[in-house]
Amino acid sequence: MNFRGPFRIRADRDRPFPEIEHPEDAIVKVIRSCICGSDLHLYHGLVPDTRVGSTFGHEFIGEIVDVGSSVEKVKVGDRVMVPFNIACGKCAFCKQELYGQCHEANPQSTAAGGIFGYSHTTGGYNGGQAEYVRVPYADVGPTVIPDWMDPDDAVLLTDVVPTGYQAAEMGGIQEGDTVVVFGAGPIGIMAAKCAWLFGAGRVIVIDQLDYRLEFVKEFAQCEVYNFKHLEDPVVFIKKITDSLGADVCIDAVGAEAAGDTMNTMLGRKLLMQGGSTTALHWAINSVKKGGIVSIVGVYGPIDALVPIGNVVNKGITIRASQASVKRLLPKMIEHVKNGIIDPKAMITHRIPLEEVGEGYHIFSKKLDNCIKTVLIPPSA
Amino acid sequence: MIGDETKPEDFRNKRGGDHSHIKGWGVDRDPKNDPTYPMKHRTDEEIEGYTWERPEQQPVTVEVLKSVERPNIPAVFGNTVPPSGLSGALRRLAFKYSESSYGRWLPLVMADRIGEIEGIFEDLGNGHIPNLFAEHGLKSEWKYNRKNFVLKSAVTAAAIAGAILLFTRKKKD
Repeated sequence: MNFRGPFRIRADRDRPFPEIEHPEDAIVKVIRSCICGSDLHLYHGLVPDTRVGSTFGHEFIGEIVDVGSSVEKVKVGDRVMVPFNIACGKCAFCKQELYGQCHEANPQSTAAGGIFGYSHTTGGYNGGQAEYVRVPYADVGPTVIPDWMDPDDAVLLTDVVPTGYQAAEMGGIQEGDTVVVFGAGPIGIMAAKCAWLFGAGRVIVIDQLDYRLEFVKEFAQCEVYNFKHLEDPVVFIKKITDSLGADVCIDAVGAEAAGDTMNTMLGRKLLMQGGSTTALHWAINSVKKGGIVSIVGVYGPIDALVPIGNVVNKGITIRASQASVKRLLPKMIEHVKNGIIDPKAMITHRIPLEEVGEGYHIFSKKLDNCIKTVLIPPSA
Repeated sequence: MIGDETKPEDFRNKRGGDHSHIKGWGVDRDPKNDPTYPMKHRTDEEIEGYTWERPEQQPVTVEVLKSVERPNIPAVFGNTVPPSGLSGALRRLAFKYSESSYGRWLPLVMADRIGEIEGIFEDLGNGHIPNLFAEHGLKSEWKYNRKNFVLKSAVTAAAIAGAILLFTRKKKD
């Protein structure tokens, strides 16, 4: 996959084969990769330092075909799921299990950790929307796929499932809490599903796409509302929550939120802020006083408008992070094994890697009721 | 803008150790009151700073731009698409500023747009004419959103025809 500029992606046969650059590297032959909602931020040109010639893809699984001299825990032939975070396992942050915040993987930014195929702002690594990919710190992140696990489930454990789970986890959900999830994309769908696992009493999902709301209503047994049919989503949520607001609000949208013209212009069209913050606005204003707002939606590094005064006045706790995939993987594997979570049910499109440009367009434009797209390399 | 070459020792956090001179210091400490739980598991190494045993350093074989907020290049890094051309010059300029500055991000946004144009010339230089129809994924637009595709194509064609007409008419005048 070769990024040529906003809205321009092609599959090239002549991409250089990745090499072992470090003793802890592995080379992985990709079996499945996904297009993530956050890949669309790159595709739409919203993330600074996204260089032409880059290969995207931070959700992938594959078979190890080569390892560096220091790699001990995985070997050639292992089929592994690769967390989207690149983590050394040794720095102060990794030791605290903040694998999304590793300090030994990204020269370009101290705010962000290293992420596969996600611009030079997260380290300048090529990603897994390819046939082969270099995987640093192979003893830390990659996890062998259990024999019983479907590869379509496995690939969704590299980001979507743990991110949705951590969104709910960061909400500090208590038994009986009302949880509102903004966004019915794959992350929002999974966050809604996982909110129940923490004992939520009511789960509500807000989006503007009816087909996605129908899906999440079935998949996560939750209430759904289309904000296009609401005069003011915040007032509506207040009305249905005793006029006090939800206990927990989750922003599962991030930089490309619709619903507010000013935010759309500033964040998505003029690129004058780190994305459109509409979903975050609604989350802050819909949560009750003393409530918790959990953010897993991805924003760019540039400043963004948020109603910070309301955060202070309402005494809200904001919790946000890139998911710590390695920390959560064992639990997610158990949940899949026990049938609590069925990730592959979200997959709507399986597209050959050679048609990656079509895959991005379908996902970006939400064509053909697209929810989750999996790319399959020709050699898989 | 940070112009000096920053040294690792400049980043050292001198916390001090003895706070006994501060009356009441720590009397209400409550380790359980941690809003980062359970994402963060506090360890005894929490406040030791930049002291961990670093992994082996990946050799630097291409130009790697580094944030001025860190003293060194991390042990591993991506070595794809090093900066080059005019976009590369802008990226080098951007990396003189901290991550909290617009001076850091706006030149990068501009560099990305220039990089797209450079990419077209690179393609042509390599004898590759970009297939914009395929790169934009328009086959799927035709398949799933045909009405919109036809409408947009018609508007674009009309705009181009109008521009050509305007240009040629002015020339004749």
